[in-house]
Amino acid sequence: MGIRTLIVMLVASLLVIAILATQPAYSLFLPQLLEGALLTAQITVLGALLAVVMGVLAALGKLYGPAPVRWLANIYIEIFRGTSALVQLFWLFFVLPQFGISLEAYTVAVLALGLNIGAYGAECARGAITSVARGQWEAATALNMTRGQMLRRIILPQAFVAMIPPWGNLFIELLKSTALVSLITLSDLAFKAQEMNQTTMKTIPIFTLVLVIYLAMSLVITIGMRYLEGRASRGLARGRTV
Amino acid sequence: MWDWSFVLEILPVLAHAAIISIEATLIGFVLAATLGLVLALARIAFPSTALPISVLVELIRSTPLLIQIFFLYFVFPSFGVTLDAFTAGVLALGIHYAAYCSEVYRSGFDNIHRGQWEACTALNLSSWTTFRDIIIPQAIPPIVPALGNYLVALFKETPLLSAIAVLELMQTAKIIGSETFRYTEPITLVGVFFLAMSLVSATLIRAVERLLNRRPAR
Amino acid sequence: MTDKPIVRFDKVSKRYGPLTVLDSLELDIFRGEKVAIIGPSGSGKTTVLRMLMTLETIDDGVIWVDGEPLTHMERNGKLVRADQAHIRKIRARIGMVFQSFNLFPHMTAMANCIEAPMTVLGMKRQDAEARAADLLDMVGLAQKKEHYPSQLSGGQQQRVAIARALAMRPKIMLFDEVTSALDPELVGEVLQVIRKLGSEHDLTMLMVTHQMGFAKEFADRICFFYQGKICEQGHPKEFFGSPKNDRTKQFLHAVLEAG
Ligand SMILES: Nc1ncnc2c1ncn2[C@@H]1O[C@H](COP(=O)(O)OP(=O)(O)OP(=O)(O)O)[C@@H](O)[C@H]1O
Ligand SMILES: [Mg+2]
Repeated sequence: MGIRTLIVMLVASLLVIAILATQPAYSLFLPQLLEGALLTAQITVLGALLAVVMGVLAALGKLYGPAPVRWLANIYIEIFRGTSALVQLFWLFFVLPQFGISLEAYTVAVLALGLNIGAYGAECARGAITSVARGQWEAATALNMTRGQMLRRIILPQAFVAMIPPWGNLFIELLKSTALVSLITLSDLAFKAQEMNQTTMKTIPIFTLVLVIYLAMSLVITIGMRYLEGRASRGLARGRTV
Repeated sequence: MWDWSFVLEILPVLAHAAIISIEATLIGFVLAATLGLVLALARIAFPSTALPISVLVELIRSTPLLIQIFFLYFVFPSFGVTLDAFTAGVLALGIHYAAYCSEVYRSGFDNIHRGQWEACTALNLSSWTTFRDIIIPQAIPPIVPALGNYLVALFKETPLLSAIAVLELMQTAKIIGSETFRYTEPITLVGVFFLAMSLVSATLIRAVERLLNRRPAR
Repeated sequence: MTDKPIVRFDKVSKRYGPLTVLDSLELDIFRGEKVAIIGPSGSGKTTVLRMLMTLETIDDGVIWVDGEPLTHMERNGKLVRADQAHIRKIRARIGMVFQSFNLFPHMTAMANCIEAPMTVLGMKRQDAEARAADLLDMVGLAQKKEHYPSQLSGGQQQRVAIARALAMRPKIMLFDEVTSALDPELVGEVLQVIRKLGSEHDLTMLMVTHQMGFAKEFADRICFFYQGKICEQGHPKEFFGSPKNDRTKQFLHAVLEAG
């Protein structure tokens, strides 16, 4: 979708929220929902940070690590991609305490979702790193750089640009999967929705608002990542050497 | 920590629940694949629907499946139709993934060179013949593996149905856990089951991909 | 020119599976010498340069640089495969310019030229920038320091690439068909820069080229490669004036016919 359509959609969804806020049937729910949305946003941001770190580390480990690191990275990626996000969340929340490790629900949420998205991110980071032209490695070799210097200064900065669009999609997935944390007692947006739905049974106003709030948050991510992509690739645009 | 006799005890119960999960996956996916195709074709056949459809797709894809499940489950009764949890859940899965599938079809069709459509026009083929004999055969190799990936993704989201108490794997594991206060075995087994299914299906998808690409495509 | 070669290929072989690309190559290059390598496509010209730059491993023989082994190192009086540290030590004397430029697209011309001096040689930014500014000036790009590669023409990019390689103060410069990816009207400006470099007596230059005119005028020696071997070599005057080998004659005939 074009950036203009996205911005129009964002403005429209914010307008919808604002208009609904003036309706008594809706305005009742808005403060609570926004409170939940704040928690949703926090978990998304922290989870995204963890995911990026884990994704890049796992990709590097898988590509360039010695055998044991490679296995570890592979095991991490396969487990967190292969089992479902909710299973991971419940495992950390219900099973880990049976091993004597009790984490706060908030910590579990960030950890589970960040690790889950990070495993998917590892694959896209790997793709981005290997897509950097071979000539870049060769030029850096001819300049007598060490492998670490090549990665840090030449390869990763270019790979990061290529990673922005797929990470944008993953951040949306992350935002959506934060709804799962409502199932481990955290009062995020999804939790608030359900709670108020149960007490008031005003399903349509509540869920309409909730959907529009999620949509607005997704659009903020999408538009933000598009902006980043545009900025980051400005120098690279026509510069990809053959 | 890990009790094998407990595992043997709960395995039949979990196996039964796994069948529910798989049922939900298959019905949900058929729904998704069909509805997705309808959306993609509608965009081509009636260009004026393109914008509304892409807004709808964007809306579905950028909001959580869990909310959509709740919404369907709770909203139908207010129209006087009561859906049981399984139906509501599968419907939500199907609609959610239909949005993803429609994009798969769309890019599959888009990737076919415009020259192909033009050549068909030049040969005076009807649009239906063009579609059936020229476009579909070329679109299939990239579409099938992508749909396969969404099938696996959908499968991995069936635990969300536990939120509306569908007795699929996750819900069953949780019930076992709350009744016995042992969560380790049931939840770990659920994870292992998903892992195994994912690994197997990833291999299958790769095999199908190879098979489809073996034909001298384009 | 001294008698001791600065680069010596000692019975070097390179194979890709069953294909022998270079067969027991023996080649000495002397300090300050400008050697042009010519030959038909697939004859192994690029491979020679890439082996010297350590971008390819070798299967047999030893490459020597300045009297020291590059591909190997001495251990208890025996030559064993070189490790990374040894390779990096010897490799510091060599620089290379590629057919496809390979500039770092996320860095300006200036940043391209100071990157390695700072990270590899540990130079201070100021010093590195001063050196890079001189070099960019030398290649005629004083005005383009802050441009990104995507904002430069092919000829300008290649000149930045030359400056970038020179910033590491190599003793030996390798040029692999550095004008082949350029539009014809941009070839001249790059060759002009290479000519300028040629006047530096200390710099040894090894270039693969299809520009026969340039090779004739610029090189001290022409090496004609054919199927992984040096088929004929000599001073450009003799080489072009009275080639001895039939293959050379055929090749020159074909090339001069075409161009
Ligand atoms: N990575 C590789 N794997 C297999 N074969 C290779 C590889 N690199 C080069 N070759 C082969 O080695 C031979 C020599 O290649 P090289 O690039 O040195 O030729 P060249 O003389 O530079 O040719 P050109 O004038 O076309 O650049 C060719 O037959 C080529 O196909
Ligand atoms: Mg070559």
